[in-house]
Amino acid sequence: MKTFLAAALLCLSFALPVTARADEDAFSGLTTTQFNVIATSVSQIAQEGGPRALPVLRALSDHKLFAAKEGDGLFIQTDSGWQDARTGAAATPDPEMVRPVRLNNHVRQAVAAAEAQLQLIAGTPAERQAAATLLYQRHDPAMLPAIDAALGKTDDASLKTMLQDARAATLLTPGAPPSDEQTQRQAVATLYAAGGLDARGVLTQATTSEALAPATRKDAQDAVASIDRSLRLWGFGQDAFYGLSLGSVLLLAAMGLAITFGVMGVINMAHGELMMIGAYTTWLTQRAVMSVAPSLGSFSLILAVPAAFLVCGALGILIERGLIRFLYGRPLETLLATWGLSLILQQVIRSLFGPTNVAVITPSWLSGSFHLGGLEITLNRLAIMIFAIAVMGGLMLVLRRTSLGLEMRAVTQNRRMAALMGIHTARVDALTFGLGSGIAGLAGVAVSQIDNVSPNLGQNYIIDSFLVVVFGGVGNLWGTLAAAMTLGVGGKALEPIVGAVSGKILILVLVILYIQRHPRGMFPLRGRGVES
Amino acid sequence: MRSDRMAECLGTPADASVSGYLRINDRCTFVINYASLRMGIFAPTMMLVKSIQLRTGVMTMSPRFSRRDFAKFSLAASTAMLTGLKGASAATPKGEPIRIGVLHSLSGTMAISETTLKDAILMMVELQNRKGGVLGRPLEAVVVDPASNWPLFAEKARQLLAVDKVASVFGCWTSVSRKSVLPVFEELNGILFYPVQYEGQECSRNVFYTGAAPNQQAIPAVDYLLSADGGGAKRFALVGTDYVYPRTTNQILQNYLKGKGIADADIMVNYTPFGQSDWQTIVSQLKSFGSGGKKTAVVSTINGDANVPFYKELAAQGISATDIPVMAFSVGEEELAGMDTKPLVGQLAAWNYFESIDTPANKAFIKEWHDYTKNPKRTTNDPMEASYIGFNLWVQAVEKVGSTDHDKVIDAMVGLKQANLTGGTAQVLPNHHITKPVYIGEIQDDGQFNVVWQTPKEVPGMAWSPYVAETKNLIGDWTKPISCGNYDTVKKACLGAKHG
Repeated sequence: MKTFLAAALLCLSFALPVTARADEDAFSGLTTTQFNVIATSVSQIAQEGGPRALPVLRALSDHKLFAAKEGDGLFIQTDSGWQDARTGAAATPDPEMVRPVRLNNHVRQAVAAAEAQLQLIAGTPAERQAAATLLYQRHDPAMLPAIDAALGKTDDASLKTMLQDARAATLLTPGAPPSDEQTQRQAVATLYAAGGLDARGVLTQATTSEALAPATRKDAQDAVASIDRSLRLWGFGQDAFYGLSLGSVLLLAAMGLAITFGVMGVINMAHGELMMIGAYTTWLTQRAVMSVAPSLGSFSLILAVPAAFLVCGALGILIERGLIRFLYGRPLETLLATWGLSLILQQVIRSLFGPTNVAVITPSWLSGSFHLGGLEITLNRLAIMIFAIAVMGGLMLVLRRTSLGLEMRAVTQNRRMAALMGIHTARVDALTFGLGSGIAGLAGVAVSQIDNVSPNLGQNYIIDSFLVVVFGGVGNLWGTLAAAMTLGVGGKALEPIVGAVSGKILILVLVILYIQRHPRGMFPLRGRGVES
Repeated sequence: MRSDRMAECLGTPADASVSGYLRINDRCTFVINYASLRMGIFAPTMMLVKSIQLRTGVMTMSPRFSRRDFAKFSLAASTAMLTGLKGASAATPKGEPIRIGVLHSLSGTMAISETTLKDAILMMVELQNRKGGVLGRPLEAVVVDPASNWPLFAEKARQLLAVDKVASVFGCWTSVSRKSVLPVFEELNGILFYPVQYEGQECSRNVFYTGAAPNQQAIPAVDYLLSADGGGAKRFALVGTDYVYPRTTNQILQNYLKGKGIADADIMVNYTPFGQSDWQTIVSQLKSFGSGGKKTAVVSTINGDANVPFYKELAAQGISATDIPVMAFSVGEEELAGMDTKPLVGQLAAWNYFESIDTPANKAFIKEWHDYTKNPKRTTNDPMEASYIGFNLWVQAVEKVGSTDHDKVIDAMVGLKQANLTGGTAQVLPNHHITKPVYIGEIQDDGQFNVVWQTPKEVPGMAWSPYVAETKNLIGDWTKPISCGNYDTVKKACLGAKHG
């Protein structure tokens, strides 16, 4: 019995310091494998502050934090080796005996909040602003003291506004310390003034929150209704943006076809595959640039534009010389031959690069979005719109202002007359087809930023492209532009009302009805040339 | 269901409109309408193209034994010979080879996913032959190419069963291809191992479903989202591609969520056409749905091809997994290979297998796979594991009864056990489904999944969903005395139809 007691005591005496240590040290929680313990520990680290808090949290979110497999050692992997997470001193753990500290969304949330909390005090102005925004979005009642502290310290007007919004949002969140009706209504007013989806979320929650006074809830209800009204108004603008951006994609896809089909009259079923090859060229360019000069990687897209144009243009000339020139005036044969060609091109790409998607990276200058009033403008879409307009402008210039463009128009309007005037029509045919194909390549570059890059890419666009060209009026670039934008805006206007599937059907029905009445499309070519 | 569970009916919409498959399963009338509308202008020419293509067999090449396969087999044979010379224990299989059929599309839209499964089966055949074959006889794989063409699936299945007399068939991916071969397998009493997660509501005596039923993927995934670990979501957006798998799954999930006290107003359902590439409106709808003051989660049954633009749009509009997590049922390692996953970190997927799960069996399998494909970057995925389980169960059953007789093998299958690659055991249940562990993985920036949650033990697959009114009393039990695929436990009667 005595020995048992002694043993028990001995155990206790060992156990005590260990438990005491775990209580003292917020970092110990990080060495467990339970996500909720890690998350609690992260919040605790942020509460305590301390010089090691931020480096450890950063290491955690960068997957650079490692825990010893035994004991509660915690290490940060650096470029040059290891350091002890608690002290920052160099350390030499056995790499076999450490494991990375894992994260899940719960932990990631805690880390983001903790980092924001720390940066609110110690960060650069930009970091503080970002931190305040995050606290506003999260509106976690536990952060209220941190927000108050930061409010007391800052003089920066915009930071102060953001912090006040964050404070208001936090006060209205369930679990916040009780506040008087005056403060609550003030908070509702602040959020109402802030507007936007985040404010709407908090206010919606507030309308049913038991912790708030009835008058506050009523205020919140009015505010939600009012925010909804303004969101709905902005929504029209947003839908218009979505529509124009969809229209730009359609325009890019259809413009090449407007040349080959519209101007030359070649039904080119391999048009989509040329786009696909343009997208693969983008991918290859990106890989090449990454391996030669990784620092220029984010600009590889700019390099891909001429590359795709040249590759697809050359391929187009090859197709014209090797296949299509034997089939002029025989639309059905052309259709079958180019259809076969499209299958061949798909299979070639599949054999060369595999059937799976390849990852084209979106450079950082094209990622994300910015706000314009209540509109959210995504950068990649905006870039595609600008790109589409630029390509359209360039194409117009080529057709209107260059001798090639003149010859093209001459040949397509009256081949024999043009030949009699000394124009080398075969050469012009090849170049025209090359131009159309090159533009398909450019479309491929743009599409690689928003869609799959796989051998099937082209099939998703070929029908839409024909639709745009036919709807707009064959042979008329302005018609193509108008048709693309009509289809884009129309589609996006219908989508929120009737859903994506029915929206598409409805658009197609409308287009078919329109073409029934106006077989030559929106902007038909007129004149004697057309009749022949 | 995953990538490319593809056009349940038709392939991608563009493909659908271009190819315009004429014969169609009755569930797919909606899609064909849409496709034919789309075809409006070009329909006649397209159909001409399609018929010519079918007649000339542009897309259908079905050598029973391609040169590459032959090379592999001679390689296998020579390795076997070498080991034999060295006096290794594995006996060289002798005698008449046992044929097994591989019914996966090697061309067309589904090739992207199904080719992998064909390779996986061929690898396992090679390994099995190295181990001494089955019943001392070598295995021979008969590979046919149904070319992502659903009617052709039935034709090729008939060929495998009637002409090649295969002992079993490993194949199909999309539900519509499975539905198309089902009558053939039942008529000729074949055995099909179906390796892909599916919508359930089916239980055929001639099929072994080694992929997940809804209760082995969708329900646990939603449970996770509801739990504190998963963020305690109170509002759900069910977003899917418009075909039978998402519609059935979402119907089950809606009923399930309502049972969990989620109000109608907190459930949003949205369907998009195949190959949807413009997600701007839907993502912004999700965003405003997420501003309802409650934690919101998205459950995605979006078809593989449309996933890349969907995730790209999420990233562009700045929705991260910590704001609104997206739980996907059709996004695996192979889909991620085509994506820059940095903006997707933390997004979720529910599967019964992840390549990243660190077990000796999984490591060995991945190594075999890399060696076999001579590509150290080739990913493994869930349906591959399901193929692996199915193949090994069949080998066990044949060894057990000492014959490849279909009836004997089918009866011997029930109750057999096979170790999973990720730990745990798959056991064949009387309803021809198997037990499976369920994992929830979070996407990492290296394109792999990190398992954040798993079911405490294997979940037995249920053929019929208890959350659908018409099927809540049904069970499948192919053992005596019930021997019925749709047995009504209340009426105590077999509903009679051979399958669902």
